[in-house]
Amino acid sequence: MALEPVQVVKSGDVELAVYEWGTTGAKPTVVLVHGYPDAASVWATVAEGLAERYHVIAYDVRGAGLSSVPDHTQAYDLEHLVADLATVVDAMSPDQPVHLICHDWGSIQSWEAVTTERMAGRIASYTTISGPSLDHAAYWIIQRLKSGSPDQVAQVARQIAHSWYVGMFHLPAVAPTLWKAGLDKLWPGLLEKLDGVRVDASDSQRKDGANGVNLYRANFAKRLLKPGERRTEIPVQLIVPRQDKFMVAEIWDDLPQWVPNLWRREADAGHWIQASHPQLVIDWTSEFIDHIEGAEETPALVRARVHARESRSGRVSDRQRGRLVVVTGAGSGFGRETALLFAEHGADIVCVDINLEAAERTVELVRLLGAQAWARKVDVGNVEQMTALADWVEADFGAPDIVVNNAGIGVAGSFFDTSDADWDKVLRVNLWGVIHGAKLFGRQMIKAGRKGHIVNVSSMGGFTPSKFMSAYNTSKAAVLMLSDCLRAELADKGIHVATICPGLSITNITQSTRFVGLSPEQQAEKQARATKLYQRRNLTPDKIAKAILDAVEHRRDEVPVGAEAQGSRLISRLFPTLSRGLARLDLLP
Amino acid sequence: MNTTRHAAPSPQDLDGFRAIQQLAYRCAETVSAQLKPGMTERQAAALMKTWLLDQGVDDWFHQPFAWFGDRTAFRGAVGFKQLGGFNPAFYPGLRRLEEGMPYILDCAPSMNGYTADIGYCGVIGENRILDRLMDDLLEYRELIVSLVKQRKHLSEVSQAVDRLCQRHGYDPRHKAYPFEVLAHRVEKLDNDGEKSHLSLFNFGVRNIGELLKGVAAGRKEGHSPLWSSHAKSDHPPTPGLWAVEPHLGFRDVGAKWEELLVVTEDDAFWLDDDVPHVRRWRARGLLNPVKRAA
Repeated sequence: MALEPVQVVKSGDVELAVYEWGTTGAKPTVVLVHGYPDAASVWATVAEGLAERYHVIAYDVRGAGLSSVPDHTQAYDLEHLVADLATVVDAMSPDQPVHLICHDWGSIQSWEAVTTERMAGRIASYTTISGPSLDHAAYWIIQRLKSGSPDQVAQVARQIAHSWYVGMFHLPAVAPTLWKAGLDKLWPGLLEKLDGVRVDASDSQRKDGANGVNLYRANFAKRLLKPGERRTEIPVQLIVPRQDKFMVAEIWDDLPQWVPNLWRREADAGHWIQASHPQLVIDWTSEFIDHIEGAEETPALVRARVHARESRSGRVSDRQRGRLVVVTGAGSGFGRETALLFAEHGADIVCVDINLEAAERTVELVRLLGAQAWARKVDVGNVEQMTALADWVEADFGAPDIVVNNAGIGVAGSFFDTSDADWDKVLRVNLWGVIHGAKLFGRQMIKAGRKGHIVNVSSMGGFTPSKFMSAYNTSKAAVLMLSDCLRAELADKGIHVATICPGLSITNITQSTRFVGLSPEQQAEKQARATKLYQRRNLTPDKIAKAILDAVEHRRDEVPVGAEAQGSRLISRLFPTLSRGLARLDLLP
Repeated sequence: MNTTRHAAPSPQDLDGFRAIQQLAYRCAETVSAQLKPGMTERQAAALMKTWLLDQGVDDWFHQPFAWFGDRTAFRGAVGFKQLGGFNPAFYPGLRRLEEGMPYILDCAPSMNGYTADIGYCGVIGENRILDRLMDDLLEYRELIVSLVKQRKHLSEVSQAVDRLCQRHGYDPRHKAYPFEVLAHRVEKLDNDGEKSHLSLFNFGVRNIGELLKGVAAGRKEGHSPLWSSHAKSDHPPTPGLWAVEPHLGFRDVGAKWEELLVVTEDDAFWLDDDVPHVRRWRARGLLNPVKRAA
């Protein structure tokens, strides 16, 4: 689908093809700058979406699309690229500063525009996607190599491995020859393989690919070997596509040192996010531009705000950085430990508990670890309350990355002493709580294209029959099967479902388990004895939290925690008769 | 003889204990002001020891301890609880202090027959987790004395402390002390005029002897000089002086205070409210008359 230029702007000897969507007037102007090996057409869908609210401009960078091709490599120097952008902005928005949205090389060159004097006062905000400043990148490399820390040196090595093509582009003739030899025809297919993005073949693909190589040749070596300190006060929104094959996420870690007004958001997308997730790019950029134009900062932007002197005390790693985790039963036990562990690794946490005070305490602890957190009082078995929770999360932050359906209650005793009310309660919390959580948040994940994780906390009781645990174990077995079915259904969506089956672990649940058919005094005694037994076993909640983090990071399906859970799982699978025999033993404390 | 062991201290004795506790806290504050990045735990402990000896200290309950960094939370070898908690990793080591690293100074000097046992924590620079722990330690001080005033059995008091830790989300790290004690008794020694007394493995022989005598007597009479959550502490508070030391841990940060609680036949009170952690709470406006929800 070829775009028609609305105007051709002359920048020195070069003619730039400029495209326009929407009308001028009171609306803010947005300028889209494409990367390599693309042309302005890569923005088509995003531009149309943004045009409903803004005056939208895009142009073919020199050498690409319908713009003219300079005859020597040095004409691709960043200085000329900034002059091109300035010329387009002056022509299309002479009175108002513009909002830049830039991708890949478009972003690399625009870092030059926002950190130098040439366009001072002409840029209102800058959204950058997958294109760091070459100078920042050089400092990033130098600081890591100087640190001598093996981790940091490894980051540099990984980034260099992701940039293999840059070296190739510096070889004489190779890259242009490849493009001319037919790579342009293969490109849409390659892109689909690489990034899962389906794009129409572009008429100018051969030209975009062959000429754009000069962008690298004219600038890379020069900037990396002699970087300058480039800062900007302009508000910058950084969008990080997590599955970007050309960029490691750590490349952005030092950005707060150069950019005091920074927001950072992460998406489950590949490098060409504007083609694969146009609506997300439209939503996030609109939210940001509106805020810069005076609208109140949305909760999502507040969350995305990066504070330069972010408190690092308590932070163990950034592996879960940018993730939003919803944890039910977060006021104690596994839930609280899971919230704390994910926070230590950089995630933000929605702490849900029926006991608000306990959830709020977890929030305080999470904040001490330098992460953000919110507390909500919710009965997970109540569909209205769960729906309200899910609606609030989606409205304020979008679909969560991870949902841990952990809240649970205990019931023990004879089947015949277990009243209908006991059954109703244990199934409502232990099973319906998981059903509601998985359904409400799973639906959000599908809608948002989130490759998220649904973690359901079952129990070794889910595969260990026992004559005194009919209600509890039935609820946990149901969670196990529900998770298995859901895992199959969500596999194609990239959403991972994990089932955690803890053994005899110390939590509130033993202290509050209802022992049916007993007087309150006998019950208290049983609770105390169960707690003591579990204390001797000493399977602490932090071990379950570690299993949950591990299940998320390694996409594990079913995780028994503790030797007793592992053993019982094996027995139930390999020797079901033995398992049924053990169920008859009086193992109650 | 054991009935006299458990008499409430006389006003004169209380003055003596108060004076040595003040001296011990002054020592911690003085040494704390001298701590610099790069110093080791051993150097900090030696500074305390020298300072106290210069003031005329003639015996110890234990010689000064210092823990830096995650050792304040008894992470690693120092958290090893077997052997009843007698663990060589407790002794001051070669860990070096850094900016932002929490530390705990703990000293227990005796002079003229009176003994104190105090715990003091701090940081060079700032540590938000430590600040929070130190703020929350206030609730433990109020809880403990109020339950002892109600003559709750000591194991119940200790279990209430455990529950408060659970609610707060903290590890009760005093469980890593020998016999998992929240507190231990301190007895008045003879004022024999000697300039120094024997220590073994950094513990004062006379003070530990008193403790052992208490253990032996308690075995017959159903009480213990070691106050923990266990059945051995399932008895009403015994009159006398108790060095109480709730020690909280959150992730890699630990914090504690330790001071003497006075138990009489029908009452209990902290020996002295003019101690650094109380002054800190007052300065931060945490000591309001409205009781916080328990």
